[in-house]
Amino acid sequence: MPEETNAQLDTDESVPPAEPKAAHMPLDRAIETQADLSAEINALGEAYARALKEGSPAETQPRLDYPPYRSSILRHPTKSLHHADPETIELYSPAFGHQDVHALESDLTIQHNGEPQGERIIVAGRVLDGNGRPVAGQLVEIWQANSSGRYIHKRDQHPAPIDPNFTGIGRCITGPDGSYRFTTIKPGAYPWKNHLNAWRPAHIHFSLFGTEFTQRIITQMYFPGDQLFPLDPIYQTIVDQDARDRLVATYDHSLTEPEWALGYNWDIVLTGPKRTWTENEALGAESDEE
Amino acid sequence: MSNQTKLVPTPGQTVGPFYGYALPFEKDNELLAPGSPGSIRLQGTVYDGSGQPIPDAILEIWQPDADGNIVQKTGSLVRDGYTFTGWGRGAVGNSGVFTFTTVNPGPTKPVPGKPAAAPFISVAIFARGLTNRLFTRIYLPEDTEALANDPLLSSLDPERSRTLIARRDADGGLTWDVRLQGEGETVFLDFQ
Repeated sequence: MPEETNAQLDTDESVPPAEPKAAHMPLDRAIETQADLSAEINALGEAYARALKEGSPAETQPRLDYPPYRSSILRHPTKSLHHADPETIELYSPAFGHQDVHALESDLTIQHNGEPQGERIIVAGRVLDGNGRPVAGQLVEIWQANSSGRYIHKRDQHPAPIDPNFTGIGRCITGPDGSYRFTTIKPGAYPWKNHLNAWRPAHIHFSLFGTEFTQRIITQMYFPGDQLFPLDPIYQTIVDQDARDRLVATYDHSLTEPEWALGYNWDIVLTGPKRTWTENEALGAESDEE
Repeated sequence: MSNQTKLVPTPGQTVGPFYGYALPFEKDNELLAPGSPGSIRLQGTVYDGSGQPIPDAILEIWQPDADGNIVQKTGSLVRDGYTFTGWGRGAVGNSGVFTFTTVNPGPTKPVPGKPAAAPFISVAIFARGLTNRLFTRIYLPEDTEALANDPLLSSLDPERSRTLIARRDADGGLTWDVRLQGEGETVFLDFQ
């Protein structure tokens, strides 16, 4: 995988050339500063706080239209989402099992010949539906940067070192109690080109399925106390502080293993379900149990 | 049941630009082998609000089999070449085009006393710059009576409902484009 990172850069992406000495120079289009962006972020946050005080409902999901995240400007629907009752196929979810995912795929530190650099961590938690029921036997996928904030992706030209012992991809199938557990390396903060001096807080991408396809979600998990939270237009696409907090893992000493790894807990709650609960509910989970 | 929700859902976040080494997998967009009996090509382009194809979107489809059965079989990530699981994933290429090999979804079991439901493919769309996934549907164009009776389509302006109906290609495949914003904006769904 690491050798692919030097592949020909696609010309359609406006990323800078892979020259470490030039990479800290601002892009022409990235002349907006963090102060400009923070002013926008704060104005939207204050407007939301006022609306909340005046009785508007809390916003629990990110705004699709959030201009400080510049890439969203031409990519958000301008018409409101159309309310629909889920039907037929939407009330079921694809089934995954141990044919799909090997048990070792949940350990991101053993995918190469050597030990990856960085702080070894355990990230564990449960996937629940909106009624608090565990989502059993479902697929969880993660991907992340390495400890120096570099992704194994040909379009990532951040001049931080690639770690030949770390790819940053993991998968697992949730247990009967909805539990998941990954062993990995704490990712580094990552610079991007939204504006001048834009840095993403350290995060792990999570992809989740529920018992119904309408519960499908891709999100990002963050680490507690990150100083970049108020500055990050992606984290701030969620304007509600309580909702943002739901993406932040908790340090959990009971998950920490002596002489080995620090533990973080993060539970994920999916929407719904909408389907009436029946004995068939765990169909996907049962079809591939040992 | 759905009114008893007690926990607040975790928010989504953008898939970002770097899913390309993580989410795709071998034969991810081949729900069955290309060229196998009954297989069709489903293709389309994802456009942004300026009408430009976007090179960094990834779609998932989830559908009944050709007989309308909702399949609950594992093996999507490691396809054996024979089992139709009903689910696939396909990233767009540099020109914004995605492709799946699949079957025409059959009509699922009709509700007693109601006309046959119009078959559709459920779609989830993720992209850099899209802050949360979007859901939509792809309907087959042929059964105009079923389309006219469909609860979702009939609740939309004809102009808008057209964005959910695929075109039939000369080779028997389907073409269905996604317009995230602007003229001809695809209808995206909210199930909550």
